[in-house]
Amino acid sequence: MTYCHGSGGTTLSPELTSKRVSVMGMPNVGKSTLFNQITGASAFVGNWPGVTVDLLEAEVELEGQPVEFVDLPGIYDLEGYSEDERVVQDFFERFPVNLVLVVLNAGQIDRQIRLALQVKALGIPGMVILNMADEAQHFGIQIHVEKLEEKLGMPVALVSAKYNRGIVQAKHKIRHLLAQSQAVSSPQDLTLKIEAHEQIPPSAIADVLAETVEMPSQLYRTFTQRLDSLLLHPIIGLPLFFLTIYLMFQFVWEVGLPSQDFADAFTSWLQAAAIEPLTAGLPAFLRGFLVDGLYGGLATVISFVPLVVLFFFMMAIIEDSGYFSRAAYMMDAIMYRLGLDGRSFVLLIMGFGCNIPAIMGARVMRSRSLRFLTILIMPFALCSARLTVFVFIIDALFDRTWGPLVLLSLYIISFLVALATGFLMKGQFANKEPFVIELPPYRFPTLQQIWLRGWGELREFLRRATGFITAGVVGVWLMSNLPQGTANPIGSAGLTLAIGVPLVFGMVTGGDAVKAFLQQAGVWIIVGVLAVLLLTNLPGTGDQSYAVRLGEFFAPVLSPIGIPEELTIALIFGFIAKEIVVGSLATIYSLSDPNAIQATIAQTISPIQAYSFMLFCLLYSPCVATLATIRSEAKNVSFTFFSVVYGLVLAWVVSFIFYQGANLLS
Amino acid sequence: MKLLHLKPGHSAIVSAINIDDPGLSRRLEAMGFTVGQEVKLLRKAWWNGPLHVRVGMTTEVAMRRHEAQGIEIEPSVNQV
Repeated sequence: MTYCHGSGGTTLSPELTSKRVSVMGMPNVGKSTLFNQITGASAFVGNWPGVTVDLLEAEVELEGQPVEFVDLPGIYDLEGYSEDERVVQDFFERFPVNLVLVVLNAGQIDRQIRLALQVKALGIPGMVILNMADEAQHFGIQIHVEKLEEKLGMPVALVSAKYNRGIVQAKHKIRHLLAQSQAVSSPQDLTLKIEAHEQIPPSAIADVLAETVEMPSQLYRTFTQRLDSLLLHPIIGLPLFFLTIYLMFQFVWEVGLPSQDFADAFTSWLQAAAIEPLTAGLPAFLRGFLVDGLYGGLATVISFVPLVVLFFFMMAIIEDSGYFSRAAYMMDAIMYRLGLDGRSFVLLIMGFGCNIPAIMGARVMRSRSLRFLTILIMPFALCSARLTVFVFIIDALFDRTWGPLVLLSLYIISFLVALATGFLMKGQFANKEPFVIELPPYRFPTLQQIWLRGWGELREFLRRATGFITAGVVGVWLMSNLPQGTANPIGSAGLTLAIGVPLVFGMVTGGDAVKAFLQQAGVWIIVGVLAVLLLTNLPGTGDQSYAVRLGEFFAPVLSPIGIPEELTIALIFGFIAKEIVVGSLATIYSLSDPNAIQATIAQTISPIQAYSFMLFCLLYSPCVATLATIRSEAKNVSFTFFSVVYGLVLAWVVSFIFYQGANLLS
Repeated sequence: MKLLHLKPGHSAIVSAINIDDPGLSRRLEAMGFTVGQEVKLLRKAWWNGPLHVRVGMTTEVAMRRHEAQGIEIEPSVNQV
């Protein structure tokens, strides 16, 4: 799954430069685990169908020869009608492949073999990988591989990707097949064949399975069945699920907060030992920029690394366990009445990690209305970035017994707002989507899988930290420290640049390039021009910083909800990413030590104001990356715009009711 | 009889699938709901929620009651 980095921009070319192997199969058969084992890549896995929603690509040396592997999203039917099935069909209609690995769950070979027969009927060169051999063995299923190869007319390998069994032999077989230079699939012919939606007759399936696969005559009471009778209990099932989620957050809080102190100690030490001596000789302006702005901001953000990684370790365990599918089953009755379904609920919980994959996960829904409604509620999920903001503020203002309860209340509000949105909007987004999902057996992820997930998140977090989180922190610092006495240093120059650069560029390169440039960067130019216009026309004098003047400008809107003027700039930059809100606090209070910042916040802001700020932060707008994902998934600008405006208005109304209500009561 | 009317803990054989939506009927087929296949109703969720059904030996599925209305069943041979 792609976490917090949108679609992983594939660079596939319709021409074959090296050998190309694609990995396909039904959802949740371990394609990504297999893909990782073969390629050494770190695609995310989960015991939940639809974890891979995009094409993943990796170039590997297979016994000395370069081979390009493409991991496709899981599909039930190569000739089906849903959006994700369309992605796979498009792939085969556009790109030739040397070999398709049809990954099947060996424990469900009796029905999944159909997909292999479809591949064969389409004339795509294929090889069957029977994965989860361990589970099949557990069920007492016997598969005669050689006989099966003969009957199918396709090579077959029995593996357990999770436990790395049979992978070496399978790779050897793949290499051997590629060396034989057999026919390549031809995309042109496939279009017609796929559009015919031809069915595989049941007799063909029975024929292949006869004498090759022995299913057990009796199924013993498995671990999954015993656990299900407790976890899917009609009365205590749902409370147990919420208790599990609560315990997970409690654990992250109890272990994550002390770990944050360690990280703080380290960054403070580094500042005293290296950063301050090194910058001692610099002018005050530059020094303030480097120490209070850049380093202080980043240090505060970085101190959350242990917490975020721990959070994703826990998410990986729950996601891989298969519990989420059960949650979808149990919650469907409620979600149905809110115009959504059980899958929307699971995506919402996944959105607590990061909104982006949750929004992309809505692709498995066929009804456009249901997909839109699900996407609309996702930004309200309290993601791990917002978690860092809340943990920081709660830790500053509430003691450690009340802290977890305050955080819990924010999670509950996040959840209720999402559900209420479904209820309010279900008329506009009415759907008749059927609800049929698989409930996979309970599985426990291997330590390697948990580690891969945590490590992947850490890498992603650091990439963001060095990218736009740094840019945002720098932006906040500049806004807080400019203009330095001069009345209008960027106004006219900024406008000239924003309009002049595309013009000059256009005159030099001709019209088409400008058009392309405007399409690419048009939104940013508009945002830039508006920002410059706003800044130059702000109230106040040139003696004050832009941040102060922006605070004054927005005061009529933000003071009724209790947000102090100095925090306005943090909210504005929070549009880019919520981590910037935390990072910018260092600049706003001109302090680089996180503990000192927390102490200052406690002195200057009341708990009611802080809670109102957190409510606003939770609801007002997701980050830019999430907005971009909404736009690309919905392919609809007005819907994206609606989702932003809806969030902003709702955030203000909720904060207003809370702040005014709380002040009346106290 | 329809799958919807099966009692929890009881098994039956799929006799027909009456679903107009080609996308759904193919999805059900891919999940193993084919004529002659054995199905067992494991449990029903609260508040008119979905059914938990085992189809064949090793596949378990959750489906809404509305969808379960489209699956016709007949009594299984090894059960009264």
